[in-house]
Order: sequence, then C-alpha cells, then structure tokens
Amino acid sequence: MSAGDLVVRRPEGLYCPAGDFFIDPWRPVPRAVITHAHADHARRGHGRYLASAQGVGVLRARLGGIDLQTLAWGQGLYTNGVRISLHPAGHVLGAAQVRIEHRGEVWVVSGDYFVSGHDDADPRPTCTPFEPVRCHCFITESTFGLPVYRWRPRAELAAELNVWWAGNAERGRTSLLMGYSFGKAQRLLAAVDPAIGPIAVHAAVEPLNRAYREAGIALPPTRTLESLSADERRRALVVAPPGAQDSAWAAPLADASAAFASGWMQLRGRRRREGLDRGFAISDHADWPGLMRAIAATEASRVIVTHGYEAVMVRWLQLQGLQAGSFATAYGDAAGADA
Amino acid sequence: MREFAALFEALDASTATGDKLLALQGYFAQAPDEDAAWAVYFLSGGKPRQAVPTAVLRAAACVESGLDDWLFEECYQVVGDLAETIAQVLPAPAQRPDGGLAFWVEARILPLRGLAPAEQQRRVIEAWRELDVAGRFLYVKLIGGGFRVGVAKLLVQRALAEAARLPVQRVAERMVGYTDARRPPGAADYRALIVADHAVDGSDRGGQSYPFFLAHALQGEPATVAGDPRDWIVEWKYDGIRAQLVRRGGQTWLWSRGEELITERYPEVSAVAAGWPSGLVLDGELLAWGPDATQPMPFQALQKRIGRKTIGKKLLAEVPVRFLAYDLLELDGHDLRRLTQAERRARLVALGLPGLEVSPVVEPPAELSGAAAWAWLAERRSESRSRGVEGLMLKHRDALYGIGRSKAEGLWWKYKIEPLVADAVLVYAQAGHGRRAGVYTDYTFALWNRAPRDAAEAQAVLDAISRRDPAPRGDPLALQLVPFAKAYSGLTDEEFAVVDREIRRHTLENFGPVRSVLPTLVFELGFEGIAASPRHKSGIAVRFPRMLRIRHDKPLWQADTLDGVRQLAAGSL
Repeated sequence: MSAGDLVVRRPEGLYCPAGDFFIDPWRPVPRAVITHAHADHARRGHGRYLASAQGVGVLRARLGGIDLQTLAWGQGLYTNGVRISLHPAGHVLGAAQVRIEHRGEVWVVSGDYFVSGHDDADPRPTCTPFEPVRCHCFITESTFGLPVYRWRPRAELAAELNVWWAGNAERGRTSLLMGYSFGKAQRLLAAVDPAIGPIAVHAAVEPLNRAYREAGIALPPTRTLESLSADERRRALVVAPPGAQDSAWAAPLADASAAFASGWMQLRGRRRREGLDRGFAISDHADWPGLMRAIAATEASRVIVTHGYEAVMVRWLQLQGLQAGSFATAYGDAAGADA
Repeated sequence: MREFAALFEALDASTATGDKLLALQGYFAQAPDEDAAWAVYFLSGGKPRQAVPTAVLRAAACVESGLDDWLFEECYQVVGDLAETIAQVLPAPAQRPDGGLAFWVEARILPLRGLAPAEQQRRVIEAWRELDVAGRFLYVKLIGGGFRVGVAKLLVQRALAEAARLPVQRVAERMVGYTDARRPPGAADYRALIVADHAVDGSDRGGQSYPFFLAHALQGEPATVAGDPRDWIVEWKYDGIRAQLVRRGGQTWLWSRGEELITERYPEVSAVAAGWPSGLVLDGELLAWGPDATQPMPFQALQKRIGRKTIGKKLLAEVPVRFLAYDLLELDGHDLRRLTQAERRARLVALGLPGLEVSPVVEPPAELSGAAAWAWLAERRSESRSRGVEGLMLKHRDALYGIGRSKAEGLWWKYKIEPLVADAVLVYAQAGHGRRAGVYTDYTFALWNRAPRDAAEAQAVLDAISRRDPAPRGDPLALQLVPFAKAYSGLTDEEFAVVDREIRRHTLENFGPVRSVLPTLVFELGFEGIAASPRHKSGIAVRFPRMLRIRHDKPLWQADTLDGVRQLAAGSL
C-alpha cells in the first residue's frame, strides 16, 4: 500500500483516510458507506449510514431505525474534499459500487456484483444491472473467481427451473426450491413461470418480497404454505431459505422434490453433498467471465481482491499485466455465504 | 451420447431407487442394441484400458481453454475431478449432430490408444468441440477408465430383466464376465443378455462362472442373531481373493469376484486343476500360502501377485498361491446351486480330486450345544490373528447358493474379529474427490515415537511444529510424531464437516493439495493387521485403516506410541 491510497484496510474494515469513512465495516464505526444489505456487509452499530436510494427498503427491513442518508445512482456527495457516488452493482436490490474521487484519482469498491459473461439482457431484472465505472483502482469481489465457474445463459437456467417444476407438478409432487431469502429468492421468483402452479414462500422471504414490490420490482403473487389446499400444494413451487427443509414448517413438504439454487451448485461434488434432488447454478455473483468482463470495463490498472480464491485471482491478474493485491476481509466465506 | 449423458445425469442426481430404475428402463427402451451393449458394460463396472494418458488430457484441456497449467491445477483442486474440471473450463461447445454411445466408444475413444500424444491431443480437442458439458464429462471419464455411477449392478440387471420379461437371476447369470476388458461388447452380446429363455441352449456355458453369492457382516452376537449353532457350517474366514474355478471342455478359467478373468495370473492353480474333470465349478479363496507353511501369508504378500500379468520364477517362489475350495457349484455339468449348503459341502468333500484342498470346518465338540457351542466358537475366533485369518464364516446348512447380497435363498454371515485399535493424531489432510470434493476428508495420522512424559513435553513438540521447527535429527529420544497411516472412511458427513473446519483453522502449510495441520485431534483408528514395512518412515504398514471415532476426550499427549502399536502387531502376526 502506498501513502496516497484512497482505500486501506483497517481492523474495523475498508477505510478511506482522505474522506474519513468506512465501507461495509465489520466493527462499529462513526461513518459507514454500505454497498448492500446482506449481513456480512451491512451490520448494526455504526453512527451514520450512507446507502443507495434503491436499497432503503431492504436495508431498513434488515437493520431497522438507523441514521441513514441515501444517494440516487450517480449522485455525488462531498466529504472532506472527497466525492462519493454510488453506482448499480446488479447483485441484489439496492446493491451499489462505491466510487471515490479525490484530487483526480478514482477508486471503486465493488461490494458484491453480478455481471453476466453472456450478452443476454435480463428479461425480468430484480435490480438495476451492473454499470461499469472507469477508475484507477478497482476493489473487486471474487466469490466465483475460478474458470470452472461459468454460468449458463439466464434463459436456459430459467427454462430448466420451469421444466423441473412443471414435471413435479405433473406427478403431483411439491417443488421445494431453496435459495437465500434476500436477493436469490426474488431472482428465482421473477424467473419462474407462474402459470405452472401456485407459488408459496417461507416467512423469511415475504418481508423482502414486500420491499422489492414497494421498490417497483414485479414479482408473481406469493402465498403462505399454510394457505395452500392439499391439492394446490402438490402443484406448488415453494421458495424457502436453505435449511428450511429441516424445520417444523416443512413438515407438509416431506415428499417434496427439493432443490437448491446457488452458484456453488455448478460443481457436481457440492451438488451430491447436499443430497438434494436438484441443484441449479443460479447466482447473484459474477462468474469468471463476468469478473473478467467487469474488471476490463473499469480500465483500472490496479485491482485489489477482497474475497473468494484471492490468491488465484491476484496471480492471474498480475499475469495479465495489472498491479494486483488483496485485502483480507470478513466478507463471504468460500464454504457458502449468500451466493 | 446425449441419451447416455441424460441417463447418467438422472442416475447421478437421484438418490431414489425407483427413479433410477425408471431412468434405466427408459434408456434401454429406446437405445439401439449396439449402444445398449456399451451402456450395460459401463453401468456394471466395465472399464476399458485408459486410452489417453492423463497428462495428455490435461495438456489438451490447457490448450483448448487457454488456461495456464497452474490455473488449471487450481481448478482441479477445487473441483476434485479431472473430467469435470475439463468439462467446465472448455469454451462453450458448438452444437453439432451427435452419434450414439457405441460410435463414440468404438470410433472416437478406443482408437486413441497407442497414437502419438500430439495426434491424441488433436483428436480429443476435436471431440470436445462437438460435445456439450455433460458429453465432455462422460467422454473424459470413458477415456480415462474413471467412469463410476451410483447404480448397483443388481439394479441394471433388474431393469434389463423387466424389459426382457426374464427372471433377474437369468440376466445376472448371463452377465457374468460381460465386463471382461479384453472383449468389446457388441449388439449381439446385448441381445444374448435379453433374449427369451427358450431361445438359448443352456448346455454351452463356455468358461462362464456363476454370479457370486456374498456374505453379510454379522451384527451382534451369534447366540442371539444366528440361533442354534447346529444349523450352521462354520469355516475360517480367509483374507485372500475370492474366486471361482471353472473346468469345462478340458480348460480352466479362474474368475475374481469382480468378474474379471484372472487365470493367467495364477499358473500354479491352473496347473493343479489341469487334472480335474470337466463340468466342474468351485467357489473358494486364492491365498498366498507356501507348500510347507501351516498358515497363509498376510494379504500384503498376495498383493504382490495381484495385477501382475507376467509372473517371474522368483515371485512364484516367493509368493506361491493356492486355491482353497469351500463350495461346489457345478459337477458333471449340472448346476448344483439349488442344493443346500450341507449337500454341496458333502459332495465337495467327497470329490477327492488330486491336489484339491478344501477349506476345513470349525466344528464345536459334539457334547457342546447352544450357548456353550457359541462360546467355543467365539474362543476359536479369538485365535484368528495367530492363525492368519479374519474370523469365522457361518453358512446356514439349508442355504441355497444365491446371487449377490440377496438373503432370499440363504444366509452367509461374516463373523469377523474386532479390529486392532490405536489412538492417533491427525497431522496432514487432503481434500477428497467426488462428493467430498473441496472437503478435507483424507487424513494422515501419526503416533508418538515414545510416550511423552507429560502434557508439557507434548506441548513443547506442538509449539515446535507450529514454529515449523523440525525435531532434532539423529536423537532417537527426542519426542516427535511419526506418520503411520492414512484413512478416509468411518466418519459421518457431519463429523467430516467439523474436522474440515478444524483443519482450515489450524493449517500450517500447503504442499500442493496436502495441508499440514497443527495437531489438535485424536482419532481412534481401527485396522485389520500390521506388517513390517521398510518403505514407511514408521517401519510399519497397517491393513484397511479406518476411523472409528473422534476422541475429543483424549488429550494429545495420551495418544498411542509406535511401540504400543508394534506390540499389537506382535499379537497379530
């Protein structure tokens, strides 16, 4: 790290010395810029919060009454001579990249982001798509930073989901689709074809659906599991967070066909370990081609990797002629955080 | 290939037998005979010899994907499966017309063998460009001989039997030797499996053996599980290679339990059998056993013969092998499997052929019955190690000779001795493969070179290890941990997850895929025997080590010593 770095790592989290604020800190600090509302990025206990206007609903749903200031996409805010602006990251509703400009130097902290490696526009987006921001230094996530992680086009994955659900419905078997309540669940709900049957969601998912709908995101109608008749249940898709199948709530789903939607499902070993009927490699994170595409689009000459296969990604970027390093952070966890 | 890939995915994804059976039936209903012939071959464990060396496959994958070796290797370490790694890193395929399984195997895989590496690479890449991810995965698996799928052979037989409206036993019999690697299966072979019964002439069985009847492990005490001891024929359980010896038309065939033809590997056995009549099938055990020795050599000795196709005089003299018969399945060309165990045994003993050795029975004295007889047998069982056997076999007098693990027609119990046990310390770990990819499940365990005086002395060693400070060389009294065994089975998925976290937290160094860890965990290991081994630093090699449990209750300094385990060995050899 050189003396003029706009972002450094402190024990509390990533810190901008010139502007005197933290980004997604993991310990309580006076001023925090929050990229998105996932628990490893948005924590309680900070003095003041700054986040994207699109993410207000979900952030409040998760953190309650915090001292929160918001910015529209691209809107600038000056603090101690540093200009801060937020730009869509395409990860979940409200997820932002933080652009920091000081004396002509521009750094971008990506938070978590999704960029497709394919040229396919999302027909039913659940958040504003990733927007590349030119910068000198790009601080990037790397959750799926290995060439084996390459997602199939969205349309193919959605079709596969629908075939699975329709097949179960035809045989009178409930489809239990597990994915994280915030972000993944809504991505799935927007992708499925509601004409196949009724859709129910777990109680952990519904408050986030509400926040999404209030933010203007179209989701199909969702009900509670209890409200379904036995006949409806046999044709239903039930969306729930992972682990829900082991709870008392899932008792009526004992015979359901269970599936998990996560980027980790790309690999056969992981799919088999879950012991489920199906695994769908559907992720809120960029795959390898997506990461490459995002990094190239920033035109940054320096890249700092925060989490996920850091050593591999750093070595690869160095071989591409970039100045690359890593920050040890408390984000994610290779074994399976929100993915 | 697409249909077979779809079948593979269905079998791989499902854990329900019913779903698997449906998938198999669906496949066989539509597959052309020549494709079905290969499908049966692969699904029931057939493996052609590796057509392309792994190094060529890797190099081709790096070329085609544009990845450097190191990056490919990083991917492989995460995926834990070469075929899957290759399938995932290659660029998106151009979809083209797809041939059947037989075409792919016969025209695109088998001919690769023996070509120059550059030509192999060219053809492999060409094939990859025509296949989708699932197809590439299978293509590499079939090339490398690493194809495995979660389906029992019996289920494949059931699917075929139901499609052909045949008893499953008939299909099982016809399938014996089907996967023998030296003969590629064709459409005619497949039709011979499923042809209507009256259309086959049963008299010509060629060199085929019968499907093996398998024993079950006895759970609990025989007095409670097996009832009256007089209902059972008891034999020693030998630790060799299960085999059927077939004599027909003046020729001898020797089949292993894996239905592999192994006649040529044991010339001394064929030599003895050459004088025996045709129309004879014996079931028994191949053992490394010298002519004058009172008991067989340990299994480790026999291992020198397994897999050797050409055997020198020296090896023949060092590790002579004999066939010990314990069942008679065919005599004068008649199938005797419908006779009871007692009748088959009586006829076996009455054979009196020159050089035929029959496994002895272990019979309690006539005056003992019930619990007293079981107690007498338990005592014999406790002598197993000193006799070089694994325990006892209990075979019900009324048992017919069934197929595989079915219990419907009779029962054989394995009444094995308790394993030898030692408490050892986990020192290295490596991620597993397949469904354990990415989880640290393969461990190396160490023992103390001598007993630590106390907890503090052991702690000093651990401190030195965490400072990467090796034990002083040449001082035999300096306390240290000596690796002695590797094990990767015996824990539940939950326990593996706990150990995996512990390993990640305490990793000291990475040596390629292997992590050295700061010793924190003691495990109770079980194993079947101990042999001296100059190749190992510890000087010993243990047979079939596995984890019995994690000893969270046992402090590290109280783990066992090398000497302690050698003393177990003294009792076992």
